[in-house]
Amino acid sequence: MDDHAAGSSAGGSGDSGASREALQEAQLKLVLMQTDSKFTQQELPACKPILTPKWVITVFVIVGVIFVPIGIASLRASQQVVEIVDRYDDACVPANATDKLSYIQNSSIPKTCTRTLMVTKDMKQPIFVYYQLDNFYQNHRRYVKSRNDVQLRDASKANDTANCDPEATANGQPIVPCGLIAWTLPTFRKLYGRIHVDLKANDTITVQLENNYNTYSFGGKKKLVLSTATWLGGKNDFLGFAYLSVGGLCFFLAFAFTLLYLIKPRKQGDNNYLSWNRTPTGR
Amino acid sequence: MGRGGGRRRDRLRWSKLYTFSCFRPHGADDGAGPSATGLGGPGFTRVVHCNNPALHRRKPLKYMLNHISTTKYNIITFFPKAIFEQFRRVANLYFLLTAILSLTPVCPFSAVSMIAPLAFVVGLSMIKEGIEDWRRFIQDMKVNNRKVGVHRGDGEFVYRHWEDLCVGDVVKVEKDQFFPADLLLLSSSYEDGICYVETMNLDGETNLKVKRSLEVTLALEDDESFKDFRGVIRCEDPNPSLYTFVGNFEYERQMYSIDPFQILLRDSKLRNTAFIYGVVIFTGHDSKVMQNSTESPSKRSRIEKKMDLIIYILFTVLVLISLISSIGFAVRIKLDLPHWWYLQPQSSNKLDDPSRPALSGIFHLITALILYGYLIPISLYVSIELVKVLQAHFINQDIHMFDEETGNTAQARTSNLNEELGQVHTILSDKTGTLTCNQMDFLKCSVAGVSYGVGSSEVEIAAAKQMASGADDHDIPYKMILALCHTAIPEINEETGAITYEAESPDEGAFLVAAREFGFEFFKRTQSSVFVREKHTSSKGVTEREFKILNLLEFNSKRKRMTVILKDEDDQILLFCKGADSIIFDRLAKNGRVYEPDTNRHLNEYGEAGLRTLALSYRVLEESEYASWNSEFLKAKTAIGPDRELQLERVSDMIERELILVGATAVEDKLQKGVPQCIDRLAQAGLKIWVLTGDKMETAINIGYACSLLRQGMKQICLSIPTGDQVAQDARKAAKESLMLQIANGSQMVKLEKDPDAAFALIIDGKALAFVLEDDMKHMFLNLAIECASVICCRVSPKQKALVTRLVKEGIGQTTLAIGDGANDVGMIQEADIGVGISGVEGMQICYFFYKNIAFGLTIFYFEAFAGFSGQSVYDDWFMLLFNVVLTSLPVISLGVFEQDVSSEICLQFPALYQQGPKNLFFDWYRILGWMGNGLYSSLIIFFLNICIFYDQAIRAGGQTADMAAVGTTMFTCIIWAVNMQIALTMSHFTWIQHVFVWGSIATWYLFILAYGMTLKSRDNYKILLEVLGPAPLYWAATLLVTAACNIPYLIHISYQRSCNPLDHHVIQEIKYLRKDVEDQTMWKRERSKARQKTKIGFTARVDAKIKQIRGKLQKKGPALTIHTVS
Repeated sequence: MDDHAAGSSAGGSGDSGASREALQEAQLKLVLMQTDSKFTQQELPACKPILTPKWVITVFVIVGVIFVPIGIASLRASQQVVEIVDRYDDACVPANATDKLSYIQNSSIPKTCTRTLMVTKDMKQPIFVYYQLDNFYQNHRRYVKSRNDVQLRDASKANDTANCDPEATANGQPIVPCGLIAWTLPTFRKLYGRIHVDLKANDTITVQLENNYNTYSFGGKKKLVLSTATWLGGKNDFLGFAYLSVGGLCFFLAFAFTLLYLIKPRKQGDNNYLSWNRTPTGR
Repeated sequence: MGRGGGRRRDRLRWSKLYTFSCFRPHGADDGAGPSATGLGGPGFTRVVHCNNPALHRRKPLKYMLNHISTTKYNIITFFPKAIFEQFRRVANLYFLLTAILSLTPVCPFSAVSMIAPLAFVVGLSMIKEGIEDWRRFIQDMKVNNRKVGVHRGDGEFVYRHWEDLCVGDVVKVEKDQFFPADLLLLSSSYEDGICYVETMNLDGETNLKVKRSLEVTLALEDDESFKDFRGVIRCEDPNPSLYTFVGNFEYERQMYSIDPFQILLRDSKLRNTAFIYGVVIFTGHDSKVMQNSTESPSKRSRIEKKMDLIIYILFTVLVLISLISSIGFAVRIKLDLPHWWYLQPQSSNKLDDPSRPALSGIFHLITALILYGYLIPISLYVSIELVKVLQAHFINQDIHMFDEETGNTAQARTSNLNEELGQVHTILSDKTGTLTCNQMDFLKCSVAGVSYGVGSSEVEIAAAKQMASGADDHDIPYKMILALCHTAIPEINEETGAITYEAESPDEGAFLVAAREFGFEFFKRTQSSVFVREKHTSSKGVTEREFKILNLLEFNSKRKRMTVILKDEDDQILLFCKGADSIIFDRLAKNGRVYEPDTNRHLNEYGEAGLRTLALSYRVLEESEYASWNSEFLKAKTAIGPDRELQLERVSDMIERELILVGATAVEDKLQKGVPQCIDRLAQAGLKIWVLTGDKMETAINIGYACSLLRQGMKQICLSIPTGDQVAQDARKAAKESLMLQIANGSQMVKLEKDPDAAFALIIDGKALAFVLEDDMKHMFLNLAIECASVICCRVSPKQKALVTRLVKEGIGQTTLAIGDGANDVGMIQEADIGVGISGVEGMQICYFFYKNIAFGLTIFYFEAFAGFSGQSVYDDWFMLLFNVVLTSLPVISLGVFEQDVSSEICLQFPALYQQGPKNLFFDWYRILGWMGNGLYSSLIIFFLNICIFYDQAIRAGGQTADMAAVGTTMFTCIIWAVNMQIALTMSHFTWIQHVFVWGSIATWYLFILAYGMTLKSRDNYKILLEVLGPAPLYWAATLLVTAACNIPYLIHISYQRSCNPLDHHVIQEIKYLRKDVEDQTMWKRERSKARQKTKIGFTARVDAKIKQIRGKLQKKGPALTIHTVS
């Protein structure tokens, strides 16, 4: 049917060879494209999970089933922990000292203080002794910044006090160790020591301590803490309750969705829910 | 005609035949012609020494080389320019500022953790820019290295690269080659120096244009003759006007003025002419087409703009919480710091001086602005960009957009606008090359009131053959008109003897092929005659007949008709006229109207079928009548002056009367493969389609019919300027008023229409458009246009195209997609509705970015508030550095690139799904706020759960308590889990790639913290996983709890939405999943047919309308069919 060719204005028979070549090249390209097509054509085998009611309920039930036991276990662990907290900053200031601040700042007064603690429950060793400080801004940037690892690591770098302000130099000499951190205690609750003896309920423990640190000027509380620990660590009811809440919520959701599916069921793949079937026709 | 050889064949002097288009100002003028005034003055300084390019290689006549470059950068400018481009983005500028500030003690982080991600992000963007520019460079190289024959001297032509061309060079351009520069046509393979040019790349017009050389240069007809050729051209300076040229040509001490007829523009193509000689006038960027190309503005997608808006919102949040933070800081510094003796407030510097809280507060504001910088997703732009590049790559690789003929795949030239593909509201399409392939097929004919031809071209040819056997009185003129009334040239293939035709317009070619099938084969044309072989079906004999051409009044858009006057062997003078039906019907003789009603009906049918129609007529002239007319005609033809054309028209009009109608033709302007289906689908997807074409109104309307944008029964509102003879300034006003009236009438008509199925089409021509696009009318026009189902603009100039596009874009405020030359691939249009997947995810992606950065950034804020507003960050610098760039961005990218909510196949089956894009279902404010709320919720959960869990109790059996590093690392672990789980929940399509990215990100975090903990750089995080957190069950328990708690609300949301308020793609996913489409095919089919926007255009709509029409007819019991009989 050369009539068709004639119908077009292009014509010209000389380039038929060239066009054949081009066609071959095109074919070749097509083949090349097909060979590595799975990726480039975005036809990789894919998993297409669909959130069916079954899945929704299953997921919530599974989360609930996992979380509730964890919650119970955590709570139990937390319940096993015996913790004795003794706040002593007020008690260790003699009743006759009217101004706590001047008392603590007066270095001539002996600060030794004796506290007697009653063990409420049996405590298995090891028993951890903590020193706790409240209302203390150990994470203040001014505080956190003030440290120099190089100096701490290497004795020959004693002169390196970069970043250590305001605890960098004294009388023109570098402070070793420099920085605020090195000169104070960095955590809310600091592990002080361990007691490697089991304690029985109603045992009394007498602690003698030096009440030297001034927390009075910033309203900090000082506490002495004796605590046992479990696999989970210290007394931590919050974790258990949180797990129980989330687990409980999931069970509730599983239940709620079940109800929803029962009351207002939607058949999977129900074509009546397609937008064009839902809106009244005719706009 | 002394020179033999095949070349003689096409050495026709068309100028002798053509009446209108080849008008040449005769004789030489001495440079005083009206066009030549001002030459040499400002704006008209160019001097070209023909055939003496050496003069143009040095000053003062040194002009630009023909080398072109469209790249944005070069090696030297790349770095500064690209960096400048990068920092024009607000977010990047902000990060640059923070990076600079990070060198001062104000910054809460180490400098490297601020600079590294910025460098990474900017570097990546720059690499992308570089690669795209490199591609442009390669493209330029290809053009620059095209070859063309150049005169080297001594009449010898050699092939040289385009880029080496110089002003003054004489070039020889062969058939179907592009012109390498703007040329002055000297001579062509035709004896009278005309050539045909296709200017599709310039103005999109498909009909060939005739150019002709000056008479004086006709002698330069072979290579040899250029040996001693010298001449000087003085002309205008480079300018972008395609249709004007002012200059003159000094040759052999005579001056000749040059007009646009002699200028061949770069990027147009030589057609139907074996070769031409020309001299280079404008090279490279001086050429008119390059002057026209404006630097393409970097387009920004709508989503990107919205993204900016959200970034501004986040900035506001950032500034707000920074203010809160710095006020808090100032207050605490003033009231509390003096008591915090352990921080040694007495030795304060100005950053935290209790005595100057305001100043410290201001410094702290800067610190806070940097600290909360994590609210701004630094990697957002680069991730989105990366996604787009990858998407573009996949578009380029898509096998469904592979053109088997050329071996080309789709080419996404810029990756900036991929997501817009999913949001298109209106498509503005060019006609030629986009909708049609510029090829005509003779499909139907109406001869003597009988319609022939039923369907595809082959059937029709068979029918025609049959028709040819039953010779009829009226057939003969019909065939003769087809075979004789044209300007084509036959070309005989020497090997096969087959004849091909080179015609000015493709439909002429189609006529000739049809005439051949009818038994009238046109095979030879000489200067004065056309030769036709007549096949006698009865005797199987062939007679050659010769017709002398007396006059040829060719087609132009004004006349809309073409006439030849011939003398046959019996000395009978015949006039054949073909033209638009309205024109022909007006000129019929009283006795020539026998077939008018039937023909008219056929014409309407053909028109409805989307065919391009012409009416054919003839007239027998008396010798004396002709003679008297011809003398007048000759007078008009030789007249000089402005009214020559008018006179010619008047004279022509005199003879083209009293015609006898013989029939009509219907030619199919062949649509590109798949166009009707594509338009159908696009229409069903709810897209609006406007056609902007350089073609004349009739053609445009025909194409409208062919691709079902128009159909019979649609009410057409035509806007055009009534032709009147008003005075020039009045005409403007009058035209405007009349257009106003037309628009108002149209709007009224639309408003008053009661029938919901009525459809309107707006057709406007270029001249009217010029008025309509003015500020005071454009909104009126747009409002009317929006009401119409389809809009067709004809005779539109490229600039108007741009204006219309802008009008639509700004007027409707929706995304528009323009398709034009260069993007000829219809497959691409078809693929546009794949955009569903792209768009949804794009919005989701951005939402996710905001979510994760809010979730992350706010935890920093809470902690800071916790640490006395001191600007302390709970996370290690390195964690933060990795958060945006490594740990959370890859899954989003995989979401953007690989997500498919439904497969592409289903997208095509359910075009209505596309509406999810333009309706912005995935990126509305409701959704954005939802995601932001989710981020807020997650941040609260992450921070407070962890703080409560780790507050003061031992975290391990060994009694160790957690410090800031331990809490920070645990929180960070929770964030990594929470955000990655979140994205896993948003995905509905998991290939191994998504798995690798999502789970890989989480694994990377653990690997990183493990490796990081080994180095001394980790400071407080030294071996934190191995020795501090890893052995603590509390750490793992906290991770699990927080991750679950963060994701439960979203899970509830999607579960609820799916069960009570499912989106279309949800339902379709389920149908597919349950294989319901296989089991219940009728349902599937029904839904597929319903899943389209109620549309008034497109093939389907046409079928619907037809069905309705037939039903209506049946009810009336009227005759549904008419039976035609041969008279």
